[in-house]
Amino acid sequence: MNLTLKIWRQANADAEGKMVNYSISDVSPDMSFLEMMDMHNEQLIAKGEDPVAFDHDCREGICGMCSMFINGEAHGPDRLVTTCQLHMRKFKDGDTITIEPFRANAFPVVKDLAVDRSAFDRIQQAGGFVSVNTSGNTQDANAIPIDKHDADKAFDAATCIGCGACVASCKNASAMLFVSAKVSQYSLLPQGKVEATDRVLNMVKQMDEEGFGNCTNTGACEVECPKGISLENIARMNNEYLSATLKA
Amino acid sequence: MIKTSIARKVAMALSGLFLILFLGQHFTINITSVFSDKLFNMLSHFMGNNPLVQFILQPILIFGVIFHFVMGFVLELKNRKSRSVKYVTFKGKANASWVSRNMILSGIVVLSFLGLHFYDFWVPEMNYKYVEFLPQDPNRYYSELVHKFHSPVRVSIYSLSFIFLSLHLYHGFSSSFQSVGLNNKYTKGIKLLTVAFSLMIPIGFIFIAIFHHLNG
Amino acid sequence: MSKLDSKIPEGPLAEKWTNHKSNINLVSPANKRLIDVIVVGTGLAGASASATLAELGYNVKTFCFQDSPRRAHSIAAQGGINAAKNYQGDGDSTHRLFYDTIKGGDYRSREANVYRLAEVSTNIIDQCVAQGVPFARDYGGLLDNRSFGGVLVSRTFYAKGQTGQQLLLGAYSAMNRQIGRGKIKMYNRHEMMDLVVVDGKARGIIARNLVNGKIERHSAHAVVIASGGYGNVFFLSTNAMGSNVSASWKIHKRGAHFANPCYTQIHPTCIPVSGEHQSKLTLMSESLRNDGRIWVPKKLEDVEAIKAGKLKPTEIAEEDRDYYLERRYPAFGNLVPRDVASRAAKERCDSGFGVNKTGEAVYLDFASAILRYGKEQAHVKGLDENDTALVKKLGQKVVRAKYGNLFQMYEKIVDQNPYETPMMIYPAVHYTMGGVWVDYNLMTSIPGCYAIGEANFSDHGANRLGASALMQGLADGYFVLPYTIGDYLSDDIRTGSISTDTPEFDAAEKEVKDRIEAFVNNNGTKSVDYYHRKLGKIMWDKCGMSRNAKILKEAMAEIKELREDFYKNVNVPGAADEFNEQLAKAGRVADFLELGELFAKDALERTESCGGHFREESQTPEGEALRDDKNFAFTSAWEYKGEPSEAKLHKEELKFEAIEVKTRSYK
Repeated sequence: MNLTLKIWRQANADAEGKMVNYSISDVSPDMSFLEMMDMHNEQLIAKGEDPVAFDHDCREGICGMCSMFINGEAHGPDRLVTTCQLHMRKFKDGDTITIEPFRANAFPVVKDLAVDRSAFDRIQQAGGFVSVNTSGNTQDANAIPIDKHDADKAFDAATCIGCGACVASCKNASAMLFVSAKVSQYSLLPQGKVEATDRVLNMVKQMDEEGFGNCTNTGACEVECPKGISLENIARMNNEYLSATLKA
Repeated sequence: MIKTSIARKVAMALSGLFLILFLGQHFTINITSVFSDKLFNMLSHFMGNNPLVQFILQPILIFGVIFHFVMGFVLELKNRKSRSVKYVTFKGKANASWVSRNMILSGIVVLSFLGLHFYDFWVPEMNYKYVEFLPQDPNRYYSELVHKFHSPVRVSIYSLSFIFLSLHLYHGFSSSFQSVGLNNKYTKGIKLLTVAFSLMIPIGFIFIAIFHHLNG
Repeated sequence: MSKLDSKIPEGPLAEKWTNHKSNINLVSPANKRLIDVIVVGTGLAGASASATLAELGYNVKTFCFQDSPRRAHSIAAQGGINAAKNYQGDGDSTHRLFYDTIKGGDYRSREANVYRLAEVSTNIIDQCVAQGVPFARDYGGLLDNRSFGGVLVSRTFYAKGQTGQQLLLGAYSAMNRQIGRGKIKMYNRHEMMDLVVVDGKARGIIARNLVNGKIERHSAHAVVIASGGYGNVFFLSTNAMGSNVSASWKIHKRGAHFANPCYTQIHPTCIPVSGEHQSKLTLMSESLRNDGRIWVPKKLEDVEAIKAGKLKPTEIAEEDRDYYLERRYPAFGNLVPRDVASRAAKERCDSGFGVNKTGEAVYLDFASAILRYGKEQAHVKGLDENDTALVKKLGQKVVRAKYGNLFQMYEKIVDQNPYETPMMIYPAVHYTMGGVWVDYNLMTSIPGCYAIGEANFSDHGANRLGASALMQGLADGYFVLPYTIGDYLSDDIRTGSISTDTPEFDAAEKEVKDRIEAFVNNNGTKSVDYYHRKLGKIMWDKCGMSRNAKILKEAMAEIKELREDFYKNVNVPGAADEFNEQLAKAGRVADFLELGELFAKDALERTESCGGHFREESQTPEGEALRDDKNFAFTSAWEYKGEPSEAKLHKEELKFEAIEVKTRSYK
C-alpha cells in the first residue's frame, strides 16, 4: 500500500507545531499501525531527518501508553483497540491518514505525538487508593465475601488502561470516564467503601484543577474507549459525588 | 457557590428537568385551546392571577431559565478552553450524536425563541397587569393567542424553534438522569420516554400554532 | 566483593525466614525519616517495594522510563498469580508450592529463597484484596482459583486475562497514596544511566530526564533495581518495546555479579512473526493448550501447497497430519511443559514443516475440541448429535466462552477466524530466569544495591512455572526487601544525607555524558534498530531454543563484531538535550550487545541441559534434555572484567536439604 501521512510535528512543549505531509510506500496490510510508524521513522532516519516521536510500550493493548488521534478518532477507526492493535488492513491503498497527538490542555504535548498525561497520575494520587499498609497481617482474603455481580462490575471498571482516549475523544476534553472508572471500582468493593466520601471529593477536585472540561454526556468516551468502560461509571460517580457532598 | 464540574453538571440537569416539567404543564394548558376556548381561558386566567403562581412559581421559573442558559454558556466556554489547540481532523459523528454535540446551538435557538415568546406574550401580559393595571378580563386569552398566529412568518419561526427544542430535549432529557447519577436497568425506559417527550411535545406545540393559524 | 556469600540463615528450612526476620537489625521509625532509598522500575516488584518502603517511613525516590509508573510491563501478564492458600481444599500447602517451584525450575534455584516465596505467597493475596484488587470470585462471593501450568492443585488467583494489570494497578495505587503523602518522589520519563558507588557502597544513581535530556544526580543510602528482565536481547519477544537490561547491566559493570544469563523461557503459544516489519510478539495464554491440538502436515508437498495458498489446513486429511506432541509424548501430549513444547515446534519447523510464509509456525487446532464440546452440548440438550452444523455451532459457543478474548485478539492481529481455521503459533522469548545475583536478603554483590523481581535470578531456577512471576515480584517488593533492607540500613542512621557533590558522582556523570556525546556525534549510517535486529537474529538462531558449543562460540564472536561495528557506524539522530527516543534506545542496545555475549558465554559454559537451557550435546537418545547434577548443580555468577568474554565465573553450590533431586520426564 502507498499512503500519505499528515503528521503533527512539534519540537517540544513550548514550540509551535504544524502538520507535515509525508508519503510512505510498501506498507503491508499485516503491519500494525505502530509498525508502519516504525518503518516511516526508519526512512526518516535514513534521510537524515528527525524521526516522529510517539509513545508506545507493550504493543499488545494493555499498558495504555500509545496515544494517537488517527483520522479524527482516538486510536483510529477500529473499535475496542489501542493504536498498537490497529492494523493497516483497516486502510486502503492511496489513503491519506492524519495523525495528531491526544489534545487537551491537561495533556500538553511533549514532542510530536507524545503527550504528558501525568494529570491522570495526580488524580489517582488525590484518592485513587485504599489506605491499607503492607503488613502481612491484613485479614484473610476470603474474610469478606463480595457479591459476584459487584466484583465483576468493579473488575470491568478496573480494566481502564489510563490511555486518555476518553479525554481525547470528548469534545470538552473531559476526564470523567477515567476518574469514574477508578471511583466505581472502589465504591463497588467493601474494601474501598470506607473512604468513598473523601475519595470522590478529592479526585473530582483534582480533576477540575487539572483543567479538564465538563461532561456533557455525549458518550463519545464510551465508544472510543479501547476497553469499553461503560458510561454507567460516570453516573455512579455523579451519584457518589452527590451523596459525598451532602455528607461532607 | 456551584464550583465543581459535577455540581454544575447536576445543576444543569436539575434546572433542565424543572424546565421540562414546566414545558409539560405549559403544553397541557395550551392544548386545551384546540378544543375548548373556555377551558383555555379559565386555566390561563388562573395561572395569570393566582398569587402563588405569579409571585412564587413565576420567579422560580424565570430564575430556572436564566440559570440554565447562563450555566450553559459558562460550561460551554470552559469546555472550549479545555482544548485550546484544536484538532485538524475531529470526527465527532463517529462516536456521538449531532444533537449531543450541539446542545449549545439548539439551546441558543430555543433561547432566541424565548426572547420572541416573551415579547409576544409575557411582556404584553406584564404590561397589562402590572404597568397599566388594566381591568381583569377572564376571556381575553384565547383571542390573544389566536391573534398571534395570524402571521405565517411567526408560525414558521415558532415551528422551526420547536424543532430545535425537540433536538435539545432529545439529548437533554435522558442525559439529565445520567447527570444526577441514574444509569441502571430503567435507563432504557427513560430513553424511550425521552424520545416520546421530545417528539410529542414540540409537535404538539407546532400543531397548536398551525391549528390556530388555519382556523383563526 | 568477589566472594559469594548467599547469607542463607541457619536452621530448618521452614523456620529460616521467621527466624531471620526476628534476628536482623531494624531501623527505628524516627531514623527511617533520615534515610533515602532509590528504586529503579515500577513493575510489580518496584511499585510494591516503593510503596512499602514509604509506608515504613523511608524517603523513597522512584524512577521509571515510561510516562507513568502504571505502564510497567508487569501489566501485560495474563494468567494469574499462585498462592498456597488451599481455598479449594485440594491439598495445597506451602511445601507443595515450594516443591513444585523447585521441580519446575529443574533443580537450579536456591532452596531457601523458594521456600520463603511459597511462605509469603498467601500474604500477597490478602494484601491485594485489602487494596481493592478485583480478583475473580464465585457466586458465593469467595475467591475463585484455576489450575495452571501442569501442577496438581488449583492455586492460581486471577482477574480474567488481566491479572498482571490488576495487581500492578493495586501496587500503583499503594504508591500513589505515598506519592500523595510526599513519601515517594516519583520521577517519570527518567532513565537510570549509571550506579554511583562510594567507598564500596551503592550511594546513588545518575539519571537522564528523557523529556529534556538533562543529566541528574540522585543520592540515597541504598539503591534497589527492579527493572525487569532482558528478553529484548532477542529483539523479538513478548516484552514491551522499552523493556531493557540497562539498569541491571550498569550495576553489573559496577561490581554486581550477573547470574545464569542463559536461562531464558521461550513460551510455546505466541502469534508467529508475520514479516520483516515485526516489532514485537504477542503471547497467547498457555491455557489454550488444554483444548487445542498442535500439528503440522506430514507431507512436505502439503506444506508447500499451503505456503503457496493452494491448500487450506482444513482440507488436509486426518492421516496426513502429524500431531507431533501427542506422537512424542503420549503421556502429557499437548500439555508438556513450556520448554519441551517449544523445542518440539522448533524441531518440526527446522525440518521444513513450518506452515506460514516464514516457515516458522505450527497449527493449534480447536476443531476436535469444538466437535467434542458440540456433541456434549447436543447430548445435554437432547438435540441431534449427528447434525454437523448444529454440533459445530454449539461447540464454538463453548470454546468462545472459554477463550473468547484470546480468539478475538488473534483475529485482530492475524485477520483469520480461529473458529474456522486452525491458529498458527510459534514459540517466543517471554521471560528471563537469569538476572542479577542476589543473596538471601536480595542484596547484590555491591553493598547497598538490591535487585528484586525479574531483574534478579533467585527463585525460578532454569525454568519458571506459569503464574509464578507475579508472585515473586510482589513477594520481593511487599514482603521481603522492605524487611531485609533494614538490616543493612541500620548502619546508616548516622550517615546523614548523601552529598551528590563528590568525585564519585562527578566521575559517573562524566562517563554518562561522554557516552551520550559519543552517540549523538557518531556520524554513522545504520539505525539503532538495524543493530538490534541483527543481535536478535544471532541470539535467536544461536542462543535460542537449542544450543551447541559450535554455534555458541560463533555467537560470541559475531556479537563482539557486531558491537564493534555498532560503536563505529550507528546513526543516532537528534541531540542530547531533547526528547530523543533513538538516543535512549541506542544506550539500551549497547548494553544488550554486551549482555548477549555474556549470555552466549554462560550457555557455552553450562554443557548440561536444564529447564529452558537445552544443549544438544546433553540429551537422551530420544532427544530429551539431560541434566548433569554432578557437575552443574550450581548457580553461575559472572563478575565483570571489562569485555564480556573475560567475565569471571563464581559458582554458588546449590544444596537441596528438604527435597530429593529427580529427573523430569513427560513421556
